[in-house]
Amino acid sequence: MLWERDLTQEDLNKVEQKLLSEIENNIKEYEKSRGNLIPILQMIQEKLKYLPKDSIEMVAKYLEINTCEVYGVATFYNQFRFNPPGNHPIKVCLGTACHVKGADIILENFERKLEILEGETTPDREFSIDRVACVGCCALAPVTMIGDTVQSHMAPSKVEGLILRFKIEKEMQEREKAKNETAI
Amino acid sequence: MKQQFDNIVLEAKRRQQEFNDTKLPKIHIGMATCGIAAGAIETKKTFEEELLNRGISALIHPVGCIGHCYAEPVVIIDHPDSGFPPIFYHEVNAGKAKMLTNMFLVEGDPRLEHILGATVANEMIPSIMEFPRFNLEKRIVMEKCGLINPEDIYEYIAYGGYSSLINTLQRDPKSIIKEVTESRLRGRGGAGFSTGKKWEMASISTANEKIVICNADEGDPGAYMDRTILESNPHQVLEGIMICAHAVGANQAIIYVRSEYPLAVKIIKNAIKQAQDIGILGTIFNLKITLFQGSGAFVCGEETALIKSIEGFRGMPNFRPPYPVQHGLKGMPTVINNVKTFASIPVIIEKGSSWYRETGTENSSGTAIFSVVGKVTHPGLVEIPMGTSLKTIISDICGNVPNKKKFKAVQIGGPSGGCLPEEFLSTPVDFDSLTHAGAMMGSGGMVVMDEDTCMVDVSRYFLDFTQKESCGKCTFCRIGTYHLLNILTRITKGEGREGDIELLERLSEDIKKGSLCGLGKTAPNPVLTTLKYFREEYEAHIKEKKCIGKQCRKLTAYYIDLEKCARGCDACVSSCPTEAIFTTSTRKKGIDQKLCVKCGECMVACPPQYNAVKKVSPVELAPIIERPIMI
Ligand SMILES: Cc1cc2nc3c(=O)[nH]c(=O)nc-3n(C[C@H](O)[C@H](O)[C@H](O)COP(=O)(O)O)c2cc1C
Ligand code: FES
Repeated sequence: MLWERDLTQEDLNKVEQKLLSEIENNIKEYEKSRGNLIPILQMIQEKLKYLPKDSIEMVAKYLEINTCEVYGVATFYNQFRFNPPGNHPIKVCLGTACHVKGADIILENFERKLEILEGETTPDREFSIDRVACVGCCALAPVTMIGDTVQSHMAPSKVEGLILRFKIEKEMQEREKAKNETAI
Repeated sequence: MKQQFDNIVLEAKRRQQEFNDTKLPKIHIGMATCGIAAGAIETKKTFEEELLNRGISALIHPVGCIGHCYAEPVVIIDHPDSGFPPIFYHEVNAGKAKMLTNMFLVEGDPRLEHILGATVANEMIPSIMEFPRFNLEKRIVMEKCGLINPEDIYEYIAYGGYSSLINTLQRDPKSIIKEVTESRLRGRGGAGFSTGKKWEMASISTANEKIVICNADEGDPGAYMDRTILESNPHQVLEGIMICAHAVGANQAIIYVRSEYPLAVKIIKNAIKQAQDIGILGTIFNLKITLFQGSGAFVCGEETALIKSIEGFRGMPNFRPPYPVQHGLKGMPTVINNVKTFASIPVIIEKGSSWYRETGTENSSGTAIFSVVGKVTHPGLVEIPMGTSLKTIISDICGNVPNKKKFKAVQIGGPSGGCLPEEFLSTPVDFDSLTHAGAMMGSGGMVVMDEDTCMVDVSRYFLDFTQKESCGKCTFCRIGTYHLLNILTRITKGEGREGDIELLERLSEDIKKGSLCGLGKTAPNPVLTTLKYFREEYEAHIKEKKCIGKQCRKLTAYYIDLEKCARGCDACVSSCPTEAIFTTSTRKKGIDQKLCVKCGECMVACPPQYNAVKKVSPVELAPIIERPIMI
């Protein structure tokens, strides 16, 4: 995971600032050609998990093209996102195999439980929900990815348990931390 | 060059011999994406830990995917000392791994109740080859998938890999193209254009720079054979690309992979590096191979859009001609072929075009690979000779529709394909017969649907996909699909109107005629085929507000049959994600229709001996049960 668990909003911005300056150096390794636009955007997204406004401007300046041109390309492709994902990005597969096994109800259930819509992130940046078209495990449909793990044979009733598990895990860690602090 | 390769082969054989000769038990674990999704990493870890704990040695051999996705994680244990042949185990989770280490590796009992079969014929245990899932298939392209470790180039070479390349390099490029043309290999990317002809067109160009592109974009939501091949045997694809580059005289190759396939990306990068390290890429054959990661746009599978995307623009298709082989990437002649097409090439060169032509039909030679998913007992990848009937694939190989449900339709070819009903099950699968029936070979996705599927909803689903993926360049596709989707959505919500069906038909025909690229030209196919074969479902939606498959949520309702519901039973209550289930005054259960999201969980939760939850369409058929007022 890129982020330390319980950073505040301001800390996050500091981390981002630092990464952004790293990225500014990384970009220079790419040749200044239009063909490198998508690879550069991919590199930024890999580091930051999304494309903040500053980074887009940085790329435009480096490749000497208009910012709107960069936005044009970035918004065309589904891979790129413009808001930060959660600590546990939830990707609900809505491919054909998953669809015929009721994936849309699972997506809805996540939306309802987390009180956000697909494409959004919870205010505490813990979870985000996205839809994807086939993660390539159709035989295990319906499938949802949470972080890098694939949850196979999903069911609407499993949703609450999954979310709860992450919440409990977090609480346990916090308690552990508090205990350690008092011990010192 | 020949000398250098011979030395490499010697080394590969030596390593293979060493591996085969050891008396140690060998544990082969399928570690492609689907295996990992089913828990193969956990399984591998457990084996390692257990071996360590018990102080026994065994070789753990990660392999690719053999396509039996229903059985993942798949493990083959070869334990020569036990006297048993290599045994194929299915669904080996951590618990089973622990048990097998203990029972089989330590005590020599293979636990016959957990096996699928032996991998070779023998007198003790039935061989897996006796199952239709194995013996009806014919593996040409995927022969080595699941056998070899994809991250070790020597294993591929020990099985004869790269010898076709060496063979090619000693021959005149023209004779290679002739061989490919005579094999009648047709591109596996969907359209089925003759590969030999495509190469020929590229070879006659006098341009001094030519490019080969391997199309591994695989955007069809429900097909994953390209990924499996890349993850299980990347070198066969690389070899095909190199042979092509030699034949057409290209000096640069690009593999365009979806970035959604991180494991495939990693494995190809590693494969290229290994080929460079041992000199196959470089000294033996000089070709610059790079990887380009696609960013998740279905239309970028289309060749002209793919080129645009490599050039750093929005992936919007161009009018053809000129075809990419005439004027492709940066204006250079560019050969674009699918992963499966390239993977077929080494085999064709090795065994000859007439051998290849023996498989398949007159106009579609070789094998077809389908990912059969949806409502079948044994989903997975199936490689069969062209011309095999749909029935053989669905009932014999994949074990038919489970749960005693009735087969309704099979969707072939992804968003550009169509849905075929039961009458078409005898259709042979080859390029022409499928197109004739209204479907398409397309990418090779095959989704089986049972009686619980709503065909209107299926066509709405595909339109939703194509509408989102339409690049927006031409009006018919951009606006046409939008309106198709709107009408279909309306129908599935029970707001269909008289005349909608005719409107759908007219609009579909217009989009087919007016669109610029294959996406728009084929987008109406799901609508047209469902209208043709399942028209009564559309009519029921519009006229009676009834969904025959009981899928459209606005048109169906769940209720609990009070006669059957057991007093005091609470099984369904906790299954409901929205707390819509309440207790009636008679201590039975009722469903609050306002809260119900129609997920069907209560139906699953209700114990089979009561079977009290019912699903009906139209909604009016559900009796009204009021929630008792709490005082
Ligand atoms: C909308 C659309 C999507 C396509 N997607 C793919 C794809 O994912 N993979 C692929 O190999 N070909 C795809 N194609 C076909 C390619 O344009 C091209 O015909 C193919 O890569 C040529 O290779 P082949 O001769 O080996 O079939 C697509 C075509 C269209 C119109
Ligand atoms: S459709 Fe969901 S994994 Fe393929």
